[in-house]
Amino acid sequence: MSVSDPGLDVRGLSVELGGRPVLTGVDLAVEPGELVGLLGPNGAGKTTLLRAILGLLPPAAGSVHVAGKPGKPGRTPIGYVPQRHDFAFDFPISVVNAVATGLTGKLGPLRRLGAADWEAVADALDRVRMAELADRPIGQISGGQRQRVLVARALALRPSVLLLDEPFTGMDLPTQELLAALFADLAQEGRAVLLTTHDIGSALCSCDRIALLNRSVVATGTPGDLADDPEPWMATFAVGPGSALLRMLKAV
Amino acid sequence: MNPLDFLADLLNPDLAFLPKALAVAVMSAVVCGVVGTHVVLRGMSFIGDAVAHAVFPGLAVAFVLSGNLVLGGTAAGVLTAVFVAIFSQNRRLKEDSIIGVFFVAAFALGIVVISQAPGYAGSLQQFLFGSITGIPDSDLYVVAGTGLLVLAALFALHKEFVTISLDRESARAMGVKVFWLDLILYILITLAVVISVQTIGNILVLALLITPAATARLLTDRLQLMMLLAPAIGGCSALIGLYLSWSWDLPTGGTIVLVLTAVFLLAWFCAPHNGLIAQARRRPPSGPLPAPKTAHFEEFEE
Repeated sequence: MSVSDPGLDVRGLSVELGGRPVLTGVDLAVEPGELVGLLGPNGAGKTTLLRAILGLLPPAAGSVHVAGKPGKPGRTPIGYVPQRHDFAFDFPISVVNAVATGLTGKLGPLRRLGAADWEAVADALDRVRMAELADRPIGQISGGQRQRVLVARALALRPSVLLLDEPFTGMDLPTQELLAALFADLAQEGRAVLLTTHDIGSALCSCDRIALLNRSVVATGTPGDLADDPEPWMATFAVGPGSALLRMLKAV
Repeated sequence: MNPLDFLADLLNPDLAFLPKALAVAVMSAVVCGVVGTHVVLRGMSFIGDAVAHAVFPGLAVAFVLSGNLVLGGTAAGVLTAVFVAIFSQNRRLKEDSIIGVFFVAAFALGIVVISQAPGYAGSLQQFLFGSITGIPDSDLYVVAGTGLLVLAALFALHKEFVTISLDRESARAMGVKVFWLDLILYILITLAVVISVQTIGNILVLALLITPAATARLLTDRLQLMMLLAPAIGGCSALIGLYLSWSWDLPTGGTIVLVLTAVFLLAWFCAPHNGLIAQARRRPPSGPLPAPKTAHFEEFEE
C-alpha cells in the first residue's frame, strides 16, 4: 500500500512518553473496507498508538498517513470513539446535540451548524439506529446505546478512517455482537476501521484482520492464520505454552 | 419592612447607593449564574474557589494604588492561572495541589498588600465580606460592560465549551484548541468573580458561581434551560437577599448566600423529577427501596 492510498498507513512509528520509548517501529496499515482488531496486554501501547494516529502525540520517528495525508488534529477525516468512561454522560444534553459536537472541530469557532451539518448528524444517528432516541438526555440511555452515540458522533464527520478504543469493554455478549456487526458494516461501506480490545474471542470472530501489539507489531494476519500459530501470542502476552489463552485460540 | 417600603427606599434620593447596590448585585448574580453552569458541569468548583482567592492581591494592589479594581483583579487571576499551568508540568504533583499552593499564596499576598493601605481593617472587611455602600457610578458601567462581554464570549464559544466538557481528548483530536479555550473560560470565571466581589465579598462569591447553577442542574436535564434558570435563580436571590438584609440590618453578602442556599435546599427536596419528595412518591407505599440506578438497571431500556 503506497502512501497516496486512502485508509490508514502507519510506518516505522516510534513514540516516547516522558523520555521512555513506548512504541518502537510500528508498521500497520488498514485498508478501506477492512476491520482490524488491535490486541495486546495492558501497557502494550494500544491507546498510545491511537493517540499518535490522532496526532495527539508527536512521533519520535516514522509517519502516520490518514487518507493519504499526514495526520493532524482537525485536518484529517478521522473519526475517534473514545472509551465510554472518557465521555461525560452525566452532562445535560440530548443525544442529537451530543452527536453534533462531533462537528465542532471541523466548523471552527463562531460558526454554527448549517443544514448540511444537521443532515450529517441525522445520517449518523440513522446509521447506528439511534434516530428514535435523538431527543433523549444522554444520561438516560443504556450502555450499548451510549456506545452507539459515540460512534454516531465520530460518523458525523463522514470519516474515511474510524478508530475505536475498547468498544466492547463492559458490554454483555448480545450487545457485543450487535456492536461487532455494526463495526463490520461500517468497514464494508468503505471505511478503514481499527479497534482495540481485550476481548480476543470477539476480535477473532468479527475482525477481518488481527494485529498483535506489544511495543511494536508482533504479528498481523487473518484470525484463521493467527489462531493456528501460538508463537506470536506467547510473545505478545508473555504467557507459557499451558496458558488458557492458547487453549481458547484452539477452540475458535 | 414590607416590600413597598423597600421600593420607597430604592427610590429615595438620599439612599442613592441602594439601587446601585441592587443593580450590581443582580447583574453579577446573573453573569455568575451563566458562567457557573460551566463550572458546575465540569466539576471545577475547586478552581472557582481558587479564582475567587487569586483575584484578591490584584484587588488589593489596585485599591492601594487607587487603580481600576476590575483590571487589577483580572490580572492577578490570570497570572495565578499561568503559574498553575507552568508548575503543573511537574508530574510528581497533581494539579489540585498546585492550585492549593498558589491560591492561598495569592490570598496571603493580598492581605499583606492591603495592610499597607490606610484604614486597613475596614477595607479588608469590605473586600472579604462585601459592602453595599460606596459603589461609584462608574462601577455600574464597568460591571454592566464586563458582564455583557462575558455573556457574549460564552455565547460565541458555547459549542466549543460543550464539546470540551463532554470529552477533552476527542475535542483535541478534532483540532479544538482545548488549552486556549480552558484559558478563556478561566478568564471569564475571573471576570465574573471580580465584578461580584464588590457587593458579596471575596469569600462568599463562590456561592454565586456554584449554588444557582447547582440548583438549576437539579431542576433540568437540558443545558439551555439550565443556562436560563441559573441566572434567574441567582438574580432573584440577590434581590431577595438585599431586601432581607436591608430590612433586618443583616450583612448583605451573607444574606444573599443564605437565600441561595435555601433555594438550593428547596430544589433538592422538591425538584419535579430528581427531588427527594418526587422519588418518595414514585416508591410503592410499603415496597422495598428502588433499585440503585446502575448500568445493569439501565440495560432494560434497550
